[in-house]
Amino acid sequence: MKMTARRQRMAWIALLLVVVGAAAALASAAFRENLMYFHTPTDIASGEVPSSTNFRLGGLVTTGSVDRDPDSLNVAFRLADCDHEVQVQYSGILPDLFREGQGIVTMGYLDDEGTFQAQQVLAKHDENYMPPELAERLADETGHSCEPFKPVRAGYDTGYDS
Amino acid sequence: MLPALGDMALAGATCVCVLQILFAVQAARAPERYPAAPALLNAMVSSHLLLIFVAYCAMSILFVQDAFEVVFVAQNSHVELPLAYKLSAVWGGHEGSLLLWMLMLAGWTWCVGRFSNNLPTSTRAIVLGVLGFVAIGFLTFTLWTSNPFDLQFPVPESGRDLNPLLQDPGMVIHPPLLYMGYVGFAVAFAFAVAALIEGRLDSTWARWTRPWTTSAWAFLTAGIALGSWWAYHELGWGGWWFWDPVENASFMPWLVGTALIHSLAVTDKRGVFKSWTVLLAIVAFGLSLLGTFLVRSGVLVSVHAFASDPERGLYILAFLTVVVGGALALYAWRASQLKPETRVAIISRESALLLNNVFLVVLAAVVFIGTLYPLVVDSLGLGSMSVGPPYFEALFIPLGLPLVLLVGFSATLAWKRSKTGPVLRAAALPAAIAVVAGIALWAGIYAARGAMALVGIVLGLWAIFAALRDLWLRARSGRGVGSIPSSLWGMSLGHLGLGMFVIAVTVVSSFDVERDVRLATGEVADVEGYQFRFEGTRPVEGPNYIAERATVTVLEDGAPITTLYPEKRRYRVQQDIMTQSAVSYNPMRDLYVSLGEPMGSDAWSLRLQYKPMMRLVWLGTALMMLGGFIAALDRRYWRATRSASATASGATAQQVS
Repeated sequence: MKMTARRQRMAWIALLLVVVGAAAALASAAFRENLMYFHTPTDIASGEVPSSTNFRLGGLVTTGSVDRDPDSLNVAFRLADCDHEVQVQYSGILPDLFREGQGIVTMGYLDDEGTFQAQQVLAKHDENYMPPELAERLADETGHSCEPFKPVRAGYDTGYDS
Repeated sequence: MLPALGDMALAGATCVCVLQILFAVQAARAPERYPAAPALLNAMVSSHLLLIFVAYCAMSILFVQDAFEVVFVAQNSHVELPLAYKLSAVWGGHEGSLLLWMLMLAGWTWCVGRFSNNLPTSTRAIVLGVLGFVAIGFLTFTLWTSNPFDLQFPVPESGRDLNPLLQDPGMVIHPPLLYMGYVGFAVAFAFAVAALIEGRLDSTWARWTRPWTTSAWAFLTAGIALGSWWAYHELGWGGWWFWDPVENASFMPWLVGTALIHSLAVTDKRGVFKSWTVLLAIVAFGLSLLGTFLVRSGVLVSVHAFASDPERGLYILAFLTVVVGGALALYAWRASQLKPETRVAIISRESALLLNNVFLVVLAAVVFIGTLYPLVVDSLGLGSMSVGPPYFEALFIPLGLPLVLLVGFSATLAWKRSKTGPVLRAAALPAAIAVVAGIALWAGIYAARGAMALVGIVLGLWAIFAALRDLWLRARSGRGVGSIPSSLWGMSLGHLGLGMFVIAVTVVSSFDVERDVRLATGEVADVEGYQFRFEGTRPVEGPNYIAERATVTVLEDGAPITTLYPEKRRYRVQQDIMTQSAVSYNPMRDLYVSLGEPMGSDAWSLRLQYKPMMRLVWLGTALMMLGGFIAALDRRYWRATRSASATASGATAQQVS
């Protein structure tokens, strides 16, 4: 009787270990596969970002850069941080809060020509929103605070050099 | 005047809470010395509820009066805002939502005081004392860091308006339901702490705790489902679950709470898994606290919100540490006293429920890691990253489907020790129906695409038919349908709802079709056999917005079946643009149209979606919720409590002597 009780408990523990172990293995694999890093245009310019892997790109939509194709849903625009710009290509409907000067996050990959092919464009529902990662880098250690970006609607022009 | 009244009410409630805790400690120590303790505690709990209610009403009146000298009102309201939204704007922001939280906590505490006359005085004192402690944490947090009654000078002429996204009927009732769930777990938590302190946890305890926990779970289910429903209709793009950290924050307590109501059943019926049940109750409430704070303090939008308001962040951490850490320390110290009353056989209902618990807790861990790991990595400065929906989907399919398989065995497996033969025989018919009907549905309607879809459909049908079989078997062996106890009705409805939910999720995620198109007036786009004809747009005016309203005629095989009116709204105050989608639905499919942007001349971009069985997602969750409420009403808990209280107090007396 005692023996079976013990064996039973061992069977239980073994079963639990199998389930939890399998879950952990699955989880770590899924985690590694779906981990997506966030980058800025400066990261891309410095060559830190491998091409044709998916990542999230954040930046501000450069004023005057939005170019819509009148006959399809293709749209091209540039995303900028303090120092660099990246050309972005997207096909589909843009979110309501997509506008020039707005901080947005896109998801996609960098093609061979250095254009970011976006599969998803996200704008947060707050006109003053800036992706936190971007806000951090805009107030970066160089002291270049990117002030012109901030009063976004106050007639900011593209007069900065990259 | 009103802001001062609100402040005073909150301060008064804090004082009452302090008294309540001090007195509860005394009464728990020496219940025989305070024969009037229950009445006195009830009086304190009632006055606490009254004071919070006064504060809450003061805030609502301030909103109705457009009292913009109050910062919180100015930030979340506007003269033009419709009355219903002014009233619901009370919980539209961080400070006011705390007020709602406290009101609900006071309400639950009052109910516990009111409906637990049969509890031994000491248990009752501990439960009310713990609830008072939780309330005091929230009261001081509100008064110190997020007082909704703060004034400002000069008084602004107008408010900043409620975020247009929150101006929706779904959003009006979503937070209160969610909070009812979160706060309800506080009751389970308080009962768990009482069990640990008294070192006694028996079937009577489980029977006291079960109805509270089950109804909290049902509220949480409703709250999450409504949030999802709101996202589906209001965010405008037809998604209904995004694995967004904010959603995950409410999903984690739900998963652990689901495990808790199942493990409570075992503790109730068999007197085992005691310390596990207590641990689950602590964790469920801990995750509820974490969820509330994470969402409302802005931690999840950005880790740096902690830094932006260090006072709030620190308070949150300290409170979480004291409440959850304290309870866990108590657990480590006392849990060994909770001895199982019997052993668990391999083939028995309790072992199946243990397996259910393992899966649910592992799923909760999966969500926890996916939600919090990126935050931790980011706050340590190791780079910014995120894990998207694919991570969660990759894990929920293999770890969630076995649960659905288990669900079908729930009622035929006997407690204590079960024979395999009868269980398998009882499973044969529902399993056969599920396989045949599943293949028919999959091949007949969805053209046999995707093997995983077939698995999901068959498992969902299995859960449904197994639940129906349970009801039928019970009705046949008892005295007809009327003899089925509400606990079985509740469980079967819940499992039936789960099955429906699983089928619907499988179908909608496997077979939905989405097309972004550019349409000029009179042009037609075809989606899955439905033709959408764009008839142009015209301007319309709402109470506080202006909109372009499009007319889209939907045709099936050339015959018009419905007309949809999606809108693009611009809210006047915040100048926000909002997409208001239009949906035509029946049980088999939703047709979802949202308006993109004007594309020059008279053309617009539109997103057209065909979402099969979308309605069954909501129906399934509604059934789960209903099942929870019905189960909580079972006469056994209320009647048994009454008869058991005498023996229980006798048992305590014996222990004491």
